[in-house]
Amino acid sequence: MTSGEDITTNPAGVAGSVERLEAAAGRAGGLLTRIALVGNPNSGKSSLFNQLTGLNQKVGNFPGVTVDRKTGISQLTPQLRAEIIDLPGTYSLYPKSLDEKVITSLFYDHTSPQYPDFVVVTVDASNLRRNLLLFTQLADLGLPAILALNMMDTAEQHGIQVDIAALQQELGVPVVPLNARKGVGIAALKILMSQTLGAPTERFYEPEEDLVPMVRQIRYYFNLHNDYLALHYAHQYRHLAFLSPDERTYLEELTTQYDFKPTVRQAQETIARYARVNEILLNCVTVTRTEQNEPYSNRLDKVLTHRVWGYAIFFGVLFLMFQAVFAWASYPMELIDQGVAGINGLIQTNFDGPLISLLTEGVLAGLGGVLIFIPQIALLFAFIAVLEETGYMARVTFMMDRIMRRFGLNGKSIVPLISGVACAVPAIMSARTIENRKDRLITIFVTPLMSCSARIPVYTVLIGLVVPDEAVLGIFNLRGFALMGLYLLGFFAAIFSAWAMKLLMRTTERSYFIMEFPVYRWPRWKNVGITILEKVKTFVFQAGKVILAISIILWVLATYGPPGRLEQVETQARTTAATQRLTPDETEARVASERLENSYAGIFGHVLEPAIRPLGFDWKIGISLITSFAAREVFVGTMSTIYSVGQDANELTVQQKLAAEKDIYGQPFFTPARSFSLLVFYVFAMQCMSTLAATYRETKGWKWPMLQLVYMTGLAYVASWLVYSLMS
Amino acid sequence: MSDRSAIVPAPTTRRSVKDLKLGESATICCLEDPEMALKLLEMGCIPGTQVRLNSRAPLGCPITLVVGEQCDYTLSLRVSEAATILLK
Repeated sequence: MTSGEDITTNPAGVAGSVERLEAAAGRAGGLLTRIALVGNPNSGKSSLFNQLTGLNQKVGNFPGVTVDRKTGISQLTPQLRAEIIDLPGTYSLYPKSLDEKVITSLFYDHTSPQYPDFVVVTVDASNLRRNLLLFTQLADLGLPAILALNMMDTAEQHGIQVDIAALQQELGVPVVPLNARKGVGIAALKILMSQTLGAPTERFYEPEEDLVPMVRQIRYYFNLHNDYLALHYAHQYRHLAFLSPDERTYLEELTTQYDFKPTVRQAQETIARYARVNEILLNCVTVTRTEQNEPYSNRLDKVLTHRVWGYAIFFGVLFLMFQAVFAWASYPMELIDQGVAGINGLIQTNFDGPLISLLTEGVLAGLGGVLIFIPQIALLFAFIAVLEETGYMARVTFMMDRIMRRFGLNGKSIVPLISGVACAVPAIMSARTIENRKDRLITIFVTPLMSCSARIPVYTVLIGLVVPDEAVLGIFNLRGFALMGLYLLGFFAAIFSAWAMKLLMRTTERSYFIMEFPVYRWPRWKNVGITILEKVKTFVFQAGKVILAISIILWVLATYGPPGRLEQVETQARTTAATQRLTPDETEARVASERLENSYAGIFGHVLEPAIRPLGFDWKIGISLITSFAAREVFVGTMSTIYSVGQDANELTVQQKLAAEKDIYGQPFFTPARSFSLLVFYVFAMQCMSTLAATYRETKGWKWPMLQLVYMTGLAYVASWLVYSLMS
Repeated sequence: MSDRSAIVPAPTTRRSVKDLKLGESATICCLEDPEMALKLLEMGCIPGTQVRLNSRAPLGCPITLVVGEQCDYTLSLRVSEAATILLK
């Protein structure tokens, strides 16, 4: 440590230990103070993060893990800015889930460039006892800390008075009363955050006497600045990525030598800490609750989790969500579609050349394919964010857990499964709330089996082709029934696949359902807005890249063919068109379809034909399967192009074109057997590059997306074959 | 009690949170399953704490518990998890 510069980067300067100052000096330059935000789930941490950083947020990854690393820049004073890291909510420093492991690895390694200068611990003032547990652990690690006493309004409603001065005295760190949702107290917190902070002056727990020899050995071996950190090394060396194999072996031998029992010790520690917290609260908190007034949340729960009303209301909410995603989202989607088509048309009419074609039919079409999902993703996450914010989602998982568990899922799987009906990409992203790895993987794996909105065009066209438009029982429509049947088929496939995976997968991790039931609150629209923005951004940039790449590849395959072949068929098509006196439009349609048949994609279609013939498909469907591999909604467009041959392309809808298609005997090609086989194929087949990209991103590897692809395609093949064989 | 308790002198206080009636309060005595205990302790189910069975999910499981004399907060947990919390 050398200059006064360290003091500005490291607020711990005054009272911080020498080790920490050295760590700070070793940190790569930059004048940003790094502040970590920690707290229990439901302690209003996200609200505080949003208040501190506004839209100055970005989501990255913690090195080596799938967990999102949310950081933002906060302007503390006109001169001083700080980098805020929003850590996942946790109840203690002993991690259970992947999310929580990020926290420990961040706080243990103070030589890491990620190591925070200090922490802001958010606690729920109406529930101090449990919230202070985490705080005392952090303080014992010697991290300079500020206690953000959040939800002062709720505490007041509950008749809880906190003596701030006394609490500050007892805890040995600055305490700021806050109401992060309303922004009260943020200014005071910012000022405090811009000051120089010392390490906490209080200790809340000392390792038991008999542990001290082992703890000291670890402490000196690793040159740690306190005993408690050394104790955590003994507890968690297996999960600490920054330790070398030798160091781990050392810790393993040491803990065995001392016969260290982590479970017992952790339990002892937790109990000791609670006892200490109770003492502290005795001096700082007074509760003046005159009557045992039942909280309004519990009264609301009587209705919202009622055995009849609970489910009825839940289905009402679902209904509203589907309405939003299917009906309301269609307007902005159309606008985007038209916008992209408009830009495309504009470019195409004004420029020409292979690069322009790549830009319009490849890049822009691909981009359009990404952008078109934004309204649905935004609306879906608006709903989910509101349901989460209000606390209702916890009730839904509560009501569904028993049912879902039977199939190897978890109450929390209900959110991804429901979301999957709109789009599997955000749905898979939302599976992140499931702590148990096995439950989460199963959920991610089966979610794409739920019929997403991209399947709707395919369903509509094919159902319209083979199911008569008849009324059933007076008010219902037969086509409606068929559509519902397809959705149910997808749903049951998801459920039973989950059940099969439950039997196949082994896990040592236990599945918990112990969670806090948050009280009902009004949603903060700012939080909802930020969530939507963040999800849309993630989708566009993460999945978008892959979709764009695949779209370009497909464009190449559909545009180019073996040398000379395309030119040849085009001249041929034009000659025949001229002899048949087709209109220019018809001629163009004919040329387009002829070119497609002879392009690489078309050739692949022919190659594929023997494989898909058992399902009743020909090479034309083969081409559509190939082009719609990246995104199933492309199917209808491709079919439309291919089946334009020799017909009044502009007069007919896709459906009429398909209906007019004849087989070699002159009979309609799309028999019920073929159509249903194709329908069933689309219910099960993966046919979505974005989903694979999302699974890859969420599972951090190609194993799961590949399994998903093979499984779903296999299932689709077998089911289609069965349908076709049975029906024809 | 049944004949069995005469043969196996099991403690008569083997009641767990699972056996609580709706709205009934009791004090936690100890936690049976060490691994589960860690999670429960963190969530504030400390021996000596008062809990009240607040509600059951429509299918009987999971359940919700109100923890603390001041009715501090509500937890939800599965019946199998509740069975590891023994009462005084």
